[in-house]
Amino acid sequence: MNERNSVIEETVLKGIAAAPGIAIGPAYLYNKEVPRVEMKDVAREDLEAEIKRLRNANARSEKELQKILTFAEQRLGSQSARIFEAQIMILNDAVLMDAVEKRIASELKNAEYIIADEIGKYRRRMLESPDEYMHERAHDVEDVMNRIIRNIQEQRLFSRLEGESIIVSETLTPADTVIFSRNQVLGYATDLGGVSSHAALLSRSLKIPAVVGLRTATKRLKTGEMVAIDGYAGVVTMNPTEETIERLRGRARAFREFEEKLVGIAGLPAETIDHRTIELSSNIEFEDEIPFTRAQGSAGIGLFRTEGQLLRRGEYPSEEEQYRVYKNVAESIFPHAVIFRTFDVGGDKLIPDAIREENPFLGWRGIRMMLDRPELFLEHLRALLRSSTHKNVRIMFPMISSLHEVRAAKEFVRKAQEELKLRGELFDPKIKVGVMIEVPSAALLAEEIAAEVDFLSIGTNDLIQYLLAVDRDNSYVAPLFQQFNPAVLRVIKMVIDAGHKKHVWVGMCGEMAGDPLATMLLVGLGLDELSVVPSVLPEIKKIIRTIRLKDARRVAERALSFPTADDVKKYLTSVVKEKVPDIPLELS
Amino acid sequence: MIERQVTIRNRSGLHTRPAATLVKAAARFQSEFTIIKDAMEINGKSIIGVMTLAAEQGSELRLRFEGPDEEQAAAAIVDLFERGFDE
Repeated sequence: MNERNSVIEETVLKGIAAAPGIAIGPAYLYNKEVPRVEMKDVAREDLEAEIKRLRNANARSEKELQKILTFAEQRLGSQSARIFEAQIMILNDAVLMDAVEKRIASELKNAEYIIADEIGKYRRRMLESPDEYMHERAHDVEDVMNRIIRNIQEQRLFSRLEGESIIVSETLTPADTVIFSRNQVLGYATDLGGVSSHAALLSRSLKIPAVVGLRTATKRLKTGEMVAIDGYAGVVTMNPTEETIERLRGRARAFREFEEKLVGIAGLPAETIDHRTIELSSNIEFEDEIPFTRAQGSAGIGLFRTEGQLLRRGEYPSEEEQYRVYKNVAESIFPHAVIFRTFDVGGDKLIPDAIREENPFLGWRGIRMMLDRPELFLEHLRALLRSSTHKNVRIMFPMISSLHEVRAAKEFVRKAQEELKLRGELFDPKIKVGVMIEVPSAALLAEEIAAEVDFLSIGTNDLIQYLLAVDRDNSYVAPLFQQFNPAVLRVIKMVIDAGHKKHVWVGMCGEMAGDPLATMLLVGLGLDELSVVPSVLPEIKKIIRTIRLKDARRVAERALSFPTADDVKKYLTSVVKEKVPDIPLELS
Repeated sequence: MIERQVTIRNRSGLHTRPAATLVKAAARFQSEFTIIKDAMEINGKSIIGVMTLAAEQGSELRLRFEGPDEEQAAAAIVDLFERGFDE
């Protein structure tokens, strides 16, 4: 980072890679246009016009929101669209609008001032609540308020967005992301947010490159300035030199060419040259992602995040609602299998009855919360069990840190099975149950845990976070989140060996499983399954099909001998370049 | 004027969806409908108002109905709370 070097104009900002792709173009600085509201007097004879102005603005706002809603439903599914439905309801709140109109008439003040004042009251009340959910609602209310005000002032938000641009903003709301994607947006760069932020999720599903967590992008970039964003590496370059642009274009080309080489690979198995087959499956959160995983050539679902359903709606779905989703997933994935991870809420994931914790990542989350909420957990397990009649459903517990929790969770499964028996419902009595290894203590106890379950799956994101004591969403320490840290490698090896000793298969469902630099190492360490984000699946399969298990083992052994993450990374880079020469590694 | 005491039964409390159901039900009656929680009084026919209530499962609310069809309104709304908004 040449932040202090005034000679070189090109400046590199490091952020978090949120959505893959490369984009080069002029920046468009999107300051959340909080419209300025001034209090103005309205002459009595202009009153009627003022009220009309308000009504027109409301009608236009509703039209805009309806468009966004339809668009969101098409592109993102009806669940994600719900945010916008609530906003439309507020627009149509007769009590609110009557009050506003009456105040305009009695106080003879301008419409935007009264709207801001009146809606602001509700917003403040929501922000005063200790409930995280209410704060989210306050944002919705604020969005609606700004939309009405903007329309009253007859501003056009995107009038200045001409041609193709890269949107630079502090943060992006879901509505911003959706509406921007209809314009000519090349990419997003934001100051705030992590890989799991709204903007990141949406840009991935809209296939627009994005880098988030840049901290100072809005302060340093100006509208019209050239900027290059690298959504693979999480890097934004301001005023890139010709050379940089060439290099990035080359990278983009390499990725495209590599992708073309992957055509036709979907129907082939993930098998090494010397016939070691790896179960290569997908991590997903919503059932509408299944067609994509199939197209990518996925063998089943290695991680289905069940909490997606409740995070989308902000409340716990009923047993029937859960069952419907799980059953659809199990049926559409058949004859492959799906591993449902039980609700993993807490930590960074909002929960409806969110409680405030000093240190949520070390707090009440994952299996800990479920074991304390027997009714919710049983309901969840009943829904999962009922979906298992085709015998292709597996259950996995997150955040296990002791054997005691494994036993308690299994006891819940047994109880849920008994309840279903009493109800006369069908389920797979021999359903396979596994544990996600993501807490260092569970890794150390992997052998004992493996003795009591059917499989282990290494969740690298949390495992690395807990092992290295680094929050990767905290941009100040994110560079310390090293998946190739020798300590991480040793722990992974330990877990694999422990599982195999007890004759259970061991998989990996963390992000590391989808890193092309890690594939050879992981195959060599003996993993039986890799579950990855579907977008990188063909690439990983290609690597597996290009290598030999024999070589991979040697690579793993050598990788384990290095003392630092940099050494490991350097070694793996050279090995992968040699063995899989046409792969565009995510290194600049 | 009629007043009724209710307890929120549905698990997620008066979140957006139940709030919408409540407001829509109240709109069918002429009577004024006020919800009182602690020191807060809000118009039960206003979605934005109901959204600010932050009424979780187990919280107690006072409902006030005033108007020509207050009996019917009270019966219908109280029933809605008792059924936990059919969640």
